[in-house]
Amino acid sequence: MKPARRRKLKEWLIEKAILLSGVFSVVFVLLIFLFLLREGLSLFRGESVLDFLLGKSWYPISSPPRFGILPLILGSVLVTLGAAAISVPIGIAAALFIAEIAPARLKEALKAGIELLAAIPSVVIGFIGMITLGPWIKNLFNIPTGLTALTGSVTLAFMAMPTIVSIAEDAVTAVPRQYREAAIAMGATKWQTTWRIVARAARPGMVAAVMLGIGRVIGETMAVMMVTGNAAMIPTGMLQPVRTLTATIAAEMGESVQGGAHYAALFAIGIVLFIITFLINGVADLFLHRSRR
Amino acid sequence: MVAAAAKFAISGLHVHYGKICALRDLNLDIRAHEIFTVIGPANSGKSTFLNCLNRLIDLAPASRLSGEIRLDGVDIRAGLEVESLRRKVGIVFALPLPLPISIYENIVYGLRMQGIRDAAVLDEAVERSLRESYLWDEVKDRLRSPAMNLSGGQQQRLCMARILAGRPDVLLFDEPTSGLDPISTARIEETMLVLKEKYTIVLVTNNVAQAARVGDRTAFFLMSEMVELSETSRMFTTPVDQRTSDYITGKFG
Amino acid sequence: MSPRLTQKIAFTVLFLATLLVVLPVAVILAIIVAKGASAISWEFLFSMPRDGMTAGGIFPAILGTLYLVLGAVLFAVPLGVLAAVYLVEYSSDNRFSRLVKLAIVNLAGVPSVVYGLFGLGIFVTFFRFGASILSGSLTLGIMILPVIITSAREALESVPRHFRTVSLSLGASRWQTVRHSVLPHALPGILTGMILGLGRAAGETAPILFTVAAFYLPRLPQSVFDQTMALPYHLYVISTQVPGIAENVRYGTALVLLALVLLLNLAAIVLRYRFRKRKKW
Repeated sequence: MKPARRRKLKEWLIEKAILLSGVFSVVFVLLIFLFLLREGLSLFRGESVLDFLLGKSWYPISSPPRFGILPLILGSVLVTLGAAAISVPIGIAAALFIAEIAPARLKEALKAGIELLAAIPSVVIGFIGMITLGPWIKNLFNIPTGLTALTGSVTLAFMAMPTIVSIAEDAVTAVPRQYREAAIAMGATKWQTTWRIVARAARPGMVAAVMLGIGRVIGETMAVMMVTGNAAMIPTGMLQPVRTLTATIAAEMGESVQGGAHYAALFAIGIVLFIITFLINGVADLFLHRSRR
Repeated sequence: MVAAAAKFAISGLHVHYGKICALRDLNLDIRAHEIFTVIGPANSGKSTFLNCLNRLIDLAPASRLSGEIRLDGVDIRAGLEVESLRRKVGIVFALPLPLPISIYENIVYGLRMQGIRDAAVLDEAVERSLRESYLWDEVKDRLRSPAMNLSGGQQQRLCMARILAGRPDVLLFDEPTSGLDPISTARIEETMLVLKEKYTIVLVTNNVAQAARVGDRTAFFLMSEMVELSETSRMFTTPVDQRTSDYITGKFG
Repeated sequence: MSPRLTQKIAFTVLFLATLLVVLPVAVILAIIVAKGASAISWEFLFSMPRDGMTAGGIFPAILGTLYLVLGAVLFAVPLGVLAAVYLVEYSSDNRFSRLVKLAIVNLAGVPSVVYGLFGLGIFVTFFRFGASILSGSLTLGIMILPVIITSAREALESVPRHFRTVSLSLGASRWQTVRHSVLPHALPGILTGMILGLGRAAGETAPILFTVAAFYLPRLPQSVFDQTMALPYHLYVISTQVPGIAENVRYGTALVLLALVLLLNLAAIVLRYRFRKRKKW
């Protein structure tokens, strides 16, 4: 009986470890939020939340320092909107092509290509954007620097596309075959079926795809830091340098003093980012569940 | 020894899946060394009944059992570990379901899970169980080849051997020939008739003729209830209940 | 316009859009290979940087990235696979398992720079690991956890239900069933996820910025508590922070990083493709 008892004990331990691993994913989310709060909340002893969110100046190392992140928020919003404007139509179109039109072999190849695009490290995309796209935009618009919000939007659009394409493609593929057959049987062309029936039925999944793509853009750090010029001013156009929330953290953390107000302010930006992406991902997940049903 | 010792004693058994009742107030005994067949249309509760006997029913989400099932006088829920119950009460499913491993490994799977490693013991079990299921001559030279390469009938007999390797008490068959051709079916039925000398057999089938061919006693299930239970020969000649008679004569099904 | 013509135009537009998505991969690859290949040499790959990174090689950065990636995988794979086993094999669809799934979705969405902040707060500062390989690996490990869990879950779910039923019916316990009848068949899928996680960890910069990465450290790390250079951060540094570095050195560094990441991903894609083809059930 003894080996059996030992086996029982071993299995009991393993099953507890399995349960614990499930618990850990939840714990990590909580820990991330907790540690952001722990390091960031001290900022609000000397600063109101409203001044922080809506303050127009970000001068973290002047004295007295000013920690208004409105320019950074607007920088992020501008770059993100630009990227969405480019990547959403292209991404959805590509998803329809891959899911509905491309023959099987081409489809496999295209999906692999998109996976590879998703895999390119953001610092490499930033590098390429900085030394090819930047000068090109500079010459095209005849402006003093090519590192602008527009450069950021174009660069980030390519980083959002893999997310948008692959999730939208899943949504389109998940549309029941009967929908297509019914439309074709009634004399619709393949395009009419694709556009009027399939695309419409896949809409919740496409919404989720767009939201997750946007979530990726807002959170993107290295590429955006390398191509947007990093000027912490309230932007007035796409052809100006801007600075995003993420780039601010990455660029300034090295210079801040641990425990100081600047340090806390950067963590507070982290809190803002965490909440934004948490909401975006939560809502996208709801849409995904709706599209699966 | 009591002539007709009850192997399984079932009393007041109810089964629910969520709010749906799948089996209502079942009371019956299964005798040692008989072939106890259960017939009835789809969704009559016969597979549910079978799955109660080795507690595979526990895997169904939201399933609830009340009442009592005793195996050799022991309550199978309170008095036995589920793993040892399932070793004593083996099941052959409707479709042949070999695991995607070799013939040999399929057969010794249960033994290995008990911690038996001795190659001589395992080899002996493989040969014995394959002979018992009349598969030995066909596969003895390719024990290490994938079980998936066997024909459907062979796979089903492999599934029988897989249970026999663990020296069970009771064999459950859940419509075991529904996916097989007549020749394979006949071989499985012959095998059952031999096996009942050593084991108790519970056979669920939607094939009324099969019950008539191999059953010692037959129970007729309809809409979650047992309508009638009697000696097979009597059920097929003079059924008591009109519904039984309608079913076995093919008026519904 | 006739429906047929409309269709022709629409399909062409969709095709062009798809090209626009896929072509950049080729263009980026082409540019980087064309301009960076000339920098690649034995010395570049396997020697120390010299003269403030303007000369010598990038060996410490390559080795540092390998260490970090290895550490991340050592941490994330056991944890991620067990979490996936919990979700697929042990939890019924109850409230807690839904909470776990939501947590995984959110972990996947947390911006990489926020992982950097988190790593700085918890590993560097709170646990006093300092800026070290240990802190960086753990941070990257948590970041790739969702990748590992998601692919392990898919792999486990692709194993047919009846394998479990059969195994349990033969008297195997729950864990034995998972261990002998489920995990072996899910292994290629789990491996695919692991390789994808490797690739992701190798390419990320933001999470290692404050947790481990050294600007210029022309020696090899001695222990897990050492700082190290890392390829993606090195590329960032030489392309934005240090003037006067030869262009082909920058492109060469990008080429090494890209080759590392893309080869890993390609391996994962091929592995998954062959696994799907070979599947016998």
